[in-house]
Amino acid sequence: MKINLRVWRQKNSSDKGGMKSYVVNDVNPDMSFLEMFDVLNEQLIQLGDEPIAFDHDCREGICGMCSMYINGRAHGPLHGTTTCQLYMRHFKDGETIVVEPWRASAFPVIKDLVVDRTAFDKIIAAGGFVSVNTGQAIDANAIAVEKAKAEEAMDAAACIGCGACVAACKNASGMLFTSAKVSQLALLPQGSPERKVRVLKMIEAHDEAGFGSCTNTGACEAECPKEISISHIARLNREFALASLD
Amino acid sequence: MSLNSKIPSGPLAEKWTHYKEHVKLVNPANKRKLEVIVVGTGLAGGAAAATLAELGYKVKAFCFQDSPRRAHSIAAQGGINAAKNYKNDGDSVFRLFYDTIKGGDFRSREGNVHRLAEVSTNIIDQCTAQGVPFAREYGGLLDNRSFGGAQVSRTFYARGQTGQQLLLGAYQALERQIGLGNVTMYNRHEMVELVIIDGKARGIIARDLVTGELTKHFGHAVMLATGGYGNVFYLSTNAMGSNVTAIWKAHKKGAFFGNPCYTQIHPTCIPVTGDYQSKLTLMSESLRNDGRVWVPKSREDAKDIREGRKTAIDIKEEDRDYYLERKYPSFGNLCPRDIASRAAKEACDDGRGIVASGLGVFLDFADAIRRLGVDVVKARYGELFPMYHNITNEDPLKMPMKIYPAVHYTMGGLWVDYELMTTVPGLYAMGEANFSDHGANRLGASALMQGLADGYFVAPYTVGNYLSSEIFTKAIPTDHPAFVEAENAARERMNRFLNVKGKTSVEEFHKRLGKIMWEYCGMARTEAGLTKAKGLLKELREEFWRDVRVPGEFNSFNPDLDKAGRVADFIELGELMVRDALNRNESCGGHFREEYQDAGEAKRDDVNYRYAAAWEFKGVEAEPELHKEQLEFENVELQVRSYK
Repeated sequence: MKINLRVWRQKNSSDKGGMKSYVVNDVNPDMSFLEMFDVLNEQLIQLGDEPIAFDHDCREGICGMCSMYINGRAHGPLHGTTTCQLYMRHFKDGETIVVEPWRASAFPVIKDLVVDRTAFDKIIAAGGFVSVNTGQAIDANAIAVEKAKAEEAMDAAACIGCGACVAACKNASGMLFTSAKVSQLALLPQGSPERKVRVLKMIEAHDEAGFGSCTNTGACEAECPKEISISHIARLNREFALASLD
Repeated sequence: MSLNSKIPSGPLAEKWTHYKEHVKLVNPANKRKLEVIVVGTGLAGGAAAATLAELGYKVKAFCFQDSPRRAHSIAAQGGINAAKNYKNDGDSVFRLFYDTIKGGDFRSREGNVHRLAEVSTNIIDQCTAQGVPFAREYGGLLDNRSFGGAQVSRTFYARGQTGQQLLLGAYQALERQIGLGNVTMYNRHEMVELVIIDGKARGIIARDLVTGELTKHFGHAVMLATGGYGNVFYLSTNAMGSNVTAIWKAHKKGAFFGNPCYTQIHPTCIPVTGDYQSKLTLMSESLRNDGRVWVPKSREDAKDIREGRKTAIDIKEEDRDYYLERKYPSFGNLCPRDIASRAAKEACDDGRGIVASGLGVFLDFADAIRRLGVDVVKARYGELFPMYHNITNEDPLKMPMKIYPAVHYTMGGLWVDYELMTTVPGLYAMGEANFSDHGANRLGASALMQGLADGYFVAPYTVGNYLSSEIFTKAIPTDHPAFVEAENAARERMNRFLNVKGKTSVEEFHKRLGKIMWEYCGMARTEAGLTKAKGLLKELREEFWRDVRVPGEFNSFNPDLDKAGRVADFIELGELMVRDALNRNESCGGHFREEYQDAGEAKRDDVNYRYAAAWEFKGVEAEPELHKEQLEFENVELQVRSYK
């Protein structure tokens, strides 16, 4: 296969940046999307150009590091898939593919396709935890949890923190990410004592980081590689309302 | 220097309790003045950094990823063992201890392994309290499954994402401490040098991967939890960034390296398809519960499949060789990882591999589908079938899966004593980065257990014993000559990479290194092959420094420069692995020397090799010095592992 690429190049956070064209020949349909970038980067190194910087690590869809905006969609055209799980057979020979970084003021570009997502860490640090020190725990089976609730908590906990929800949202809202953690811990008895202060602090950190508000378009759910449901945002809203009433 | 493992005296089951009761403590006012550096934020590092901060120490934590939540522990699928005996099926701390010692082919320490089994139960309590959503039964209590051929159900799990959920638990505990100001977190920072002052570990030099700047950090103690070194093989199930650099720098500064040749090859991974391939994907071990492994009996059939003239379903039942069932009738497809991997290699070496490269075997679910129906099989292996389908473009419900072994885990690592301290005072190693608990082979669902045991329940106590004598040491300013010297050494080395301006990319050198390691120091090793590899690696190292091409600049975001450092260290590590494999004239666990076998089965030599090998660095060109820690078995009887 022959692939034409239009890729965002930006030297550093203060550079203006712009799109640049590349051609990759001899693409094997069984290559992953990131392996196609590996091949291109090897070519650039041989030509004496600087390779394209992009984030990636586990390459099996779980670490949440990869983050490409492909043909106008976070993680590309497939549903429930991270960029690293995308294969070239999903594209056509001769196709032009446009690749950009996540666009959000809370995720400033570091270089090329690499963005800074530490704002997510700050939201967790504000309240996305249960305050239990090592050694304080009671026997695990002393806490019974209704199976359906445990499953729903796990659905929320499956979030990989990649930021696709923010990139897909016209408001660059981080609400799906924030709600997944609020929801997981609100569903479990272990998280109950702190649920009010948790939701207030996490929302405060979310807003401070510069994420936008949620206007319920559902774009986040549609692009989430782990298919996290926006029903968690509904739960967050309820938690927030209850906590605010106090 | 003689090795002192510092195993407490007394009966096995009382050693850890006795240790904890007599260990020296640090009072809270002094803890505030003591600084601890933790490098790596996976299960071991994340848990340790959080726990040390909870105890009141000043902690600095480092990870090369953009967030501590992304460490490679996250990719573990199957589960975590704990001797809870919730299933009332006869499990106990002793049984978990015994299974781990035996699974490790009697090449680990009794004292360490028993402690691991003891604290396994605390881990489940701690993680549950943090809100880790473990699988539950309808009564609301925790569910367990049996895993990796264990006779009891002791594996706790969170769907196929156990590692992710446990890591997020540790990450959240860590973020809580960051929010409280007790931990300073350095994301996108990679340790590039260890700083030693007056014989003690006193800090690190880290590269800020965003700006390229070198930064100096003091600590009263330094704890490394930087994972395994499977990427020395280039292709492995490890994440792309997983590397040996932190522990290799420590090794070059005096920390002995334990059992470097012990490597775990996982039998069920998706085979290599082309030269562009960057990593291998693991398919869970649980698939062997229903899948049957086979290759054609004849080389002609195999060739026809490889060349596309036939497919699996064209091969009649009587023309198939279900070789695991044939060779190991009692364990069959469920035999341990090392055994299943070697058998696959044997079949392919015999010319009966079934993928284009020749390196692949079938894992067939047709029988299970006939027996259970397609819906049951689909439900049982939920995410795995679509995942395979997506990667390979073949539907495993219609055609057998194609699998081949791949490097997965490294049992070797920095040699540590009972307190997890290396041979450098004040320098600790935890999790996969140390060599301690798995001997020559690790059992399934034990890596998560060991990482969290070290991080939550062992290191935070043992480091206190050391720090209690450091309360009079004031923080050493980082303009101390030792810091400046280490920083200069790191800068010079990186400038050397940039200045070679050769023709061959770092990636290409890494691939070539991987091919040498896999060919000669992989699943089966021989004296002749290892000797050849020793020469090839030396040549590769020299060529690397002569011909590497590293683009970009020093003071910038430059992943190729980072990778150059990692690959240079991997090449040196490869040389040590080969030496260790050459030295160990026996077969045990993940180390199989073809000369030492009984009809294809590993033949251990307990008279001459019942020791942990701890290597001392003497210079890149010099032979390292071997130190031996004899392993004493007072509570178990050494046996031959047989699965026939």
